[in-house]
Amino acid sequence: MAQTLEIIQKQKDSEQWDEPYLVNMGPQHPATHGVLRLFLELDGETIVRCDPRIGYLHRGVEKLSEHRTYSQAMVLTDRLDYIASAANNVGYCLAVEKLMGLEVPRRAQIIRVIVCEMARIASHLLWLATHALDIGAMTVFLYCFRDREWLLDIFEEICGARLTVSYPRIGGVRLDFNQKIIDELYRFTEEFPHRIPEYETLIDVNRIWLKRTKGVGVISGEEAVNLGLTGPSLRGSGVRYDLRRARPYLIYDELDFEVAVEFEGDVYSRYRVRMKEMREANKIIRQCLDKLAECEGEPVIAEDAPDLVIPYGKIKRPEPALHPKRGYLVKGVEVPIVPEGEVYFAIEAPKGELGYYIVSDGTGHPWRVRIRAPSFVHISALPALSEGQMVADIIAVIGSVDIVLGECDR
Amino acid sequence: MIDFLRLYDTANHFLLKYLGLSVFKSLVLVGITLLHVAYTTYAERKIIGHMQQRLGPNRVGPRGLLQPIADVLKLITKEDIIPSCVDSPVVFKLAPFISLVAGATSLAVIPIWEHFVVTNVNMALLVVLAMSSLSSFGVILAGWASNSRYSFLGGLRASAQVISYEIAMALALVGVMMLAGSMNLIEIVKAQIESPFKIYAIPQIIGFFVFMVAAIAETNRTPFDLPEAESELVAGYFVEYSGIRFALFYLAEYFGMIVMSMLAVVCFLGGWYGPFEVPGVPMFWFLLKLYFLIFFYIWVRATLPRYRYDQLMGLGWKVLIPLALLNIVITGLIKVLA
Repeated sequence: MAQTLEIIQKQKDSEQWDEPYLVNMGPQHPATHGVLRLFLELDGETIVRCDPRIGYLHRGVEKLSEHRTYSQAMVLTDRLDYIASAANNVGYCLAVEKLMGLEVPRRAQIIRVIVCEMARIASHLLWLATHALDIGAMTVFLYCFRDREWLLDIFEEICGARLTVSYPRIGGVRLDFNQKIIDELYRFTEEFPHRIPEYETLIDVNRIWLKRTKGVGVISGEEAVNLGLTGPSLRGSGVRYDLRRARPYLIYDELDFEVAVEFEGDVYSRYRVRMKEMREANKIIRQCLDKLAECEGEPVIAEDAPDLVIPYGKIKRPEPALHPKRGYLVKGVEVPIVPEGEVYFAIEAPKGELGYYIVSDGTGHPWRVRIRAPSFVHISALPALSEGQMVADIIAVIGSVDIVLGECDR
Repeated sequence: MIDFLRLYDTANHFLLKYLGLSVFKSLVLVGITLLHVAYTTYAERKIIGHMQQRLGPNRVGPRGLLQPIADVLKLITKEDIIPSCVDSPVVFKLAPFISLVAGATSLAVIPIWEHFVVTNVNMALLVVLAMSSLSSFGVILAGWASNSRYSFLGGLRASAQVISYEIAMALALVGVMMLAGSMNLIEIVKAQIESPFKIYAIPQIIGFFVFMVAAIAETNRTPFDLPEAESELVAGYFVEYSGIRFALFYLAEYFGMIVMSMLAVVCFLGGWYGPFEVPGVPMFWFLLKLYFLIFFYIWVRATLPRYRYDQLMGLGWKVLIPLALLNIVITGLIKVLA
């Protein structure tokens, strides 16, 4: 890779340098996963310069959140990484709960972990489908969609929506699981580990697949950290960093799962990491289902959770106090539901570290919301991953870092 | 004195007997092949559909059987757009026809049955090879004339690919020529039947393998569909085409696939001969073998990912051509020693 670039540089310095062949890939292109636009300078089929241009899907989610109450703003987070909307919701709720100092009931925490991991599997399945399709293996695409459909059906049973779920609430989750959902999830966790080898036999033992993915888009662990890669893209380079282990939230510290790591740092190892993660996520769901059975009938939303409709302006809640002399309850001082201050909370979303930074001025709506979206960071790493490689490789690289433009442009 | 009447009679007789028959045969052949092409697309969509756990076309006609006809009607009635910035409108218009004509002409020399070949030429194998190289001209010209970045890359890829795989394919066929001692396709089939294994696919197993791989590359199909790599080049060389011209490129691709399969049947699988004769349908075995090979193409498409450009070149030059040369050496040795 570096050698190729050197040769091209030499040619550039010499007299016979023709101007590079510019290819504008996207925003409408079958393999850019949305509306990513890449500006490529080619020398033959080799990429000399890759320049990602973003912003074609900008909807101003951060700004819109400032004009909505905390509960309303959660709906916007569905539209970030619309493939794993449940994970976005959970991340946002956790950030707001940290701000409000809310304690979430255990049952709600378990349910949240389940939907997060379901979102992870759904996201990785869609990733595998499109990644394989980009490389040309089109059968995997439909196999993955078949299983993702199953998960979406379960989501529909849980909350009525398939894609943009808005299932969690600040302080818990909206609805409890019924027996049908639990049975279906048990069936899914039984069946799914047998489905993964189906995809692997299609692509993992395929020489063409290995040729297209091994040694392509290589990035060292150090470089990956410097570029800010997170999630499976980082763990593919041998960095054992997973927020579920590094800064455990919900009930992840009670669960038994492995952090998937591969050491090659190429497209293939990122693929292996995601395949392992699907297995681990399946394991996590299974454990959570067992834990769920232990706390049957417990509440799924905190008692002091704010109402769904909260006032837009300053909101206060009367704090009951004892009469200093006579000992009966009186109306004490009013404390704000949302204290002033700022908070950052990050979760391990399927794509990487998804962080919410919220500044509150004590009113019912956030003063500022900033979303640290993994896709945004990963796109900025595309030039480093693809320059000096072939045109066909950039397709594999885009697939392997797993970007969703809804999250990148926000 | 020249007897004009007699000359006219002779000419008329000649035309009726030979040329008339040829024209009739060609029409029959082209008609049958066009139907085959249409229903190959249907079969492809249906088979891949079932391989991928979906249904495939099932709306137009019973079990979607009229889908190909609906597709053709749609493509014919679509507007034929010629982008305003094309490099040369004449070449742009001409390119699909070059592809199609070159692809279809090879049919003329391929014997479907001992007594059914439009023109029985002694250099038939060379004609097929020449025509299949010509059809790549259509692709290259289309890529060039479109004046689009993607088309151009697709055209370049196609030219490089076709040239390198042409060599491997021709070399793979040399083994057959050596064994049969002829380039006449009917002779080749007859020589095969007289040989100890009955088909050349067994003694020429390397040649057969090289030929099949090269044929897939030659017809730009998965895993060698780089010129039209959807995920990289959108559609490659025909990205600017629409309507009937787009359909012609498609047609050319399927014609190429059928011609290559026919050639494989004739050269390696024993042509129209089978374990027993089917009464009334002399080309039964030919068609059966042809359908099997077409199914093989479709099967491969549903299974394999796509090669990268440099890997494709590496495979062609470093694996297939040496293999084909080795095959020639071995065949020569056997021929000399036996």
